[in-house]
Amino acid sequence: MSASVQRAHSAGLAVRGACKRFGSTQALSGVDFDVAPGEIVGLMGANGAGKSTLVNVLVGATQADEGEIRLEGRLYAPKSPRDAIAAGIVAIHQATDRAGAAGLTVAETLLLDRFADGRSGFFVSPASIRRQAASIAERSGFALPLDRDFGEIGAAERQLVAIARALSAEARVLILDEPTASLSSAEAARLFDVLEGLAARGLAIVYVSHRMADLKRLAQRVAVLRGGRKVAEFRQPIDFSAALQAMIGRAIDSAYPRARAATGQPVLELIGLRSRPGGPSIHLALRAGEVTAITGALGAGKSRLLLNIFGAEAPAEGEMRLDGDAWRPSGPAEAIARGIHMAGEDRRRTSFIPADWPGGSIAASIALPHMRRWFPHGFVVPAVERAAAFEAIHRLDIRAIGPEARLDTLSGGNQQKVVLARWQAVRPRVLLLDEPFQGVDVGARADIAAAVRAQDDIATLVATSDPEEALEVADRIFVLDSHGLRRFGDGVRTEVSIDPALSDGPEDGRLD
Amino acid sequence: MAALTETRRPREGAAINLTAALALLVRRYAVFLLLATLVIVFSIAEPAFLGLSNFMSVLQAVSVVAILSVGVTISMAVGGFDLSVGAVAASSVMAASYAMVVWRLDAFETVAFVIAFGLAVGLFNAFLIVKVGVPDLLATLAVNFLLTGLQLIPTAGRSIATGLILPSGASANGAFDPNFLAIGRRRLFDVAPLPVLLMIVVAIVAFVLTERTRVGRLLFAVGGNEIAARLAGAPTARLKTLAYCLSATLASIGGVIVAARVGRGDVSSGASLLLDSVAPSLIGFAVLAARRPNVFGAVVGAIFVGVLLNGLTMLNVPYYTQDFVKGAVLVGALGLTYGLGRRPA
Repeated sequence: MSASVQRAHSAGLAVRGACKRFGSTQALSGVDFDVAPGEIVGLMGANGAGKSTLVNVLVGATQADEGEIRLEGRLYAPKSPRDAIAAGIVAIHQATDRAGAAGLTVAETLLLDRFADGRSGFFVSPASIRRQAASIAERSGFALPLDRDFGEIGAAERQLVAIARALSAEARVLILDEPTASLSSAEAARLFDVLEGLAARGLAIVYVSHRMADLKRLAQRVAVLRGGRKVAEFRQPIDFSAALQAMIGRAIDSAYPRARAATGQPVLELIGLRSRPGGPSIHLALRAGEVTAITGALGAGKSRLLLNIFGAEAPAEGEMRLDGDAWRPSGPAEAIARGIHMAGEDRRRTSFIPADWPGGSIAASIALPHMRRWFPHGFVVPAVERAAAFEAIHRLDIRAIGPEARLDTLSGGNQQKVVLARWQAVRPRVLLLDEPFQGVDVGARADIAAAVRAQDDIATLVATSDPEEALEVADRIFVLDSHGLRRFGDGVRTEVSIDPALSDGPEDGRLD
Repeated sequence: MAALTETRRPREGAAINLTAALALLVRRYAVFLLLATLVIVFSIAEPAFLGLSNFMSVLQAVSVVAILSVGVTISMAVGGFDLSVGAVAASSVMAASYAMVVWRLDAFETVAFVIAFGLAVGLFNAFLIVKVGVPDLLATLAVNFLLTGLQLIPTAGRSIATGLILPSGASANGAFDPNFLAIGRRRLFDVAPLPVLLMIVVAIVAFVLTERTRVGRLLFAVGGNEIAARLAGAPTARLKTLAYCLSATLASIGGVIVAARVGRGDVSSGASLLLDSVAPSLIGFAVLAARRPNVFGAVVGAIFVGVLLNGLTMLNVPYYTQDFVKGAVLVGALGLTYGLGRRPA
């Protein structure tokens, strides 16, 4: 790594030996990372590899325990995001709803930093806001709906607003976290042009993603993190198979299961289902003994489809059939009673009770939907839910001090195992899993995939925006886009190896 | 992130652990330590403080507030906050008096009527919150206002006692049923006043309901994460309705006790009940460092305030300082819960 040592004394951003520990988790251990002005560097890593921690250290959201960062040769140790912005390091997070606030117009959102630091002056007139915002929008190269409410615009537009806002802060280093996750191909292509233009103007860009197509298009260099270490670094021309292998940490073909022959009658059928008016019309049959995955971009409608089946949201049109009979669930309670279980995406939002509250333990979390069955007399019987928790802890290898452990003491992977355990504790007929690998490290991901596949007498439907995750768990994979479901990688499963070419073609390049 | 063991803290020294453990101990039992200190100080200053009869009078004094705060706690369990309990109790006093003085109902009918009234208010609250979608604080605050005014209308703002002149000009000559008055005044075995027994029963039933039953778990699940509760199949609307009905019904029981003790329908009888009963629910967050609504904590909080006021009264501290003392206790308890009470991450 002699080249990077030299760079440490020149322009750009240089991280040396960054270490960060959260409790017993070593999130970063001795990471070196550089990005020079005018350079676009890809940062790859599986969930939990340490990408977010590294980004958080760079933007001052958290502080490294050890190591140093130099910005243009000078020591840089941001104590807060404000320090980072003052130093010219700006990150754009995937969760774009934090880029502004509902109730403010897009124009006001663009000027939020100027309001906050007082540059706008005490009195602000609508005309001056409009004028300044228009100049910021123009500089970014996006056509932004300046007069609309930030709360009303879509995820893609919010993403563009966030980028425009970052650019207005006179950033020297721009960090983007999965920026294309919610963008259409055209919007993404526009973003790439903008980013290349910015790089040409001397901005240093860190592009956090595991989308091969994005990185191939943009990155001059790719650094790969795994388990909190930088395990590999690739330069143009980047060997993406090797990069993926470094990211996952094992040979790729062995990582994926063989497709099983689907058996039996369809348990659940979707016939021309539309989640929302004008949305794609979906035809799908789920059979017992088969894991089906639906992949597609954020906002493609995967979650909504699962919510339709689970009865949490009524579809706009179309028909669902359960065992051949019409399935019109009145709500999740009826779905659960009929053996349709759903583990929602974003476990903290859709699954967990706060740790301080009754129901915040592993045992109580698993018991939540099954209490009527487990506690028929109305009184909680701790032994019953504890037994279920013990079973799950052993079966799924959940690392915890016991069934009464609070969920906030578990790692992301173990938390997700608890969510899976909840919906497997009583055998479902149809198991719906929405982003079951979100914020899960590679090891736990393999455990979860194995546990999902081990339950081989039920129909399982997995929604994930990450095709690799789909490959790891599913027998059949579909891509959901505005036209409907498309089969992903027809034929024998082993042919569907992760090949960068596969995610790069005009058809499959972007999954949206 | 290969090896993940979930017990945190391996590196800190034993000394840090000891200090942390001690701090946690103090936080958990702070309210009890303070209570013990108060009892010791008061009994040294005034030996009569420690007698059984004084203890019972403390409990009697807090019984209504404790019952109301249990109701508030249940509304907090579903993530709400019932601010109408004060007005429900106050208007229940008027309703009970009106039922007996004007309608000449007997004790049993009166109690049934008042509880039905409480239940109706609970349903109305739930309707506003669950169906109409008004935020809970605003809905119950508005209903509090509504009832405070409503209770004045049937009697044109007059207090209710035998001989009440109605707005129509007629005079109402019914009287309080002695059996009704007994609810507030009789003692079991000449020791334990009925309101105290009622409070104990309410506390135990509500404790078991919230902490030991399926329904209790679901109530807290709705309050902790409504989306998660719904996706786990919980009938969230019904659970919220249940919580507000329980809360208003308990408040109307509190009103029955006040009416039975006072023996007349005093228009100003419930003026301070709302704040008095919200405070113990919040003090309850600090009890055993629960940091969440809990019935046990609310009852302990009510008794704590009662002991403090009783002792100060015995020491001839002026009556007008009482609200200040209650406020100070509440501020202290909240500081303990949210400031010092922060759990080690």
